[in-house]
Amino acid sequence: MENETWSTQNKKSTKNLAIWSMLWTASMAVATFGPKFIWEENVALTIIAVVINALLGIGMILMNIKHINSLDDLQKKIQLDAMGIALGAGIVGGLTYTLLDITNLITNDAEIAFLVMFISIVYLVALLVGQKRYK
Amino acid sequence: MKNKLKVLRAERDLTQADLADKVNVSRQTINAIEKGKFDPSLSLAFKMSKLFELSIEAIFENDEIK
Repeated sequence: MENETWSTQNKKSTKNLAIWSMLWTASMAVATFGPKFIWEENVALTIIAVVINALLGIGMILMNIKHINSLDDLQKKIQLDAMGIALGAGIVGGLTYTLLDITNLITNDAEIAFLVMFISIVYLVALLVGQKRYK
Repeated sequence: MKNKLKVLRAERDLTQADLADKVNVSRQTINAIEKGKFDPSLSLAFKMSKLFELSIEAIFENDEIK
C-alpha cells in the first residue's frame, strides 16, 4: 500500500527527529555542566563534548530537513507559516531585547537562552494555531 | 478554490481517510481541501485527477478566473 509507506515514512521521520533532538539536547547539557560537575575542567574532554554537541546539532538539522520533506502539502504550509512567524518574531524580539540591554532599560545582560526560548514558544504557538486553522 | 471532492468521494463510497490513503496525504489535508481552506498543489491535483479519472478542471474550479 502506497499510503502505508507514506504514513510509515512520516512517523519514522518524526521519530528520528525526536531522537536526534533529544540527543542534541542531552549533549548540550553534558557540554554545559560536564566541565564543572563531571570531568573537573579538563580542556580536552570539554572540546570533545562541544564537538560532539555541534555534530549532533548538524545531524538534527539534517533530520529536520528530511522530516519536512516527508510532510504533505498542507503540513508543509503549516510548518512554513510557523517558521516564518518564529523567524520574524525572533529578529524583532531579539533586536528589541538587545536595545533594552544596550540602553540599560533592563538591569540584566541580554542572554541568548531567553531568545531561544522566545523563538521556540512563538514557533509552538504558531504551529498549534496553524493546526487549528486547518482542522 | 471550489471543488467536487466530497461528491466524487461519496459517489465512490470513499471516506476522507480512504482518499488520503490513495493520494498519500493526511486526512486533515483532504478535509481542508474539501472545505476550501487549502488549495492542493499541482502534483496532488494530478493524483486526484488520475484517481477519479477526470480532468483537473472537472474536479477543481478556480473562482479567480471565472
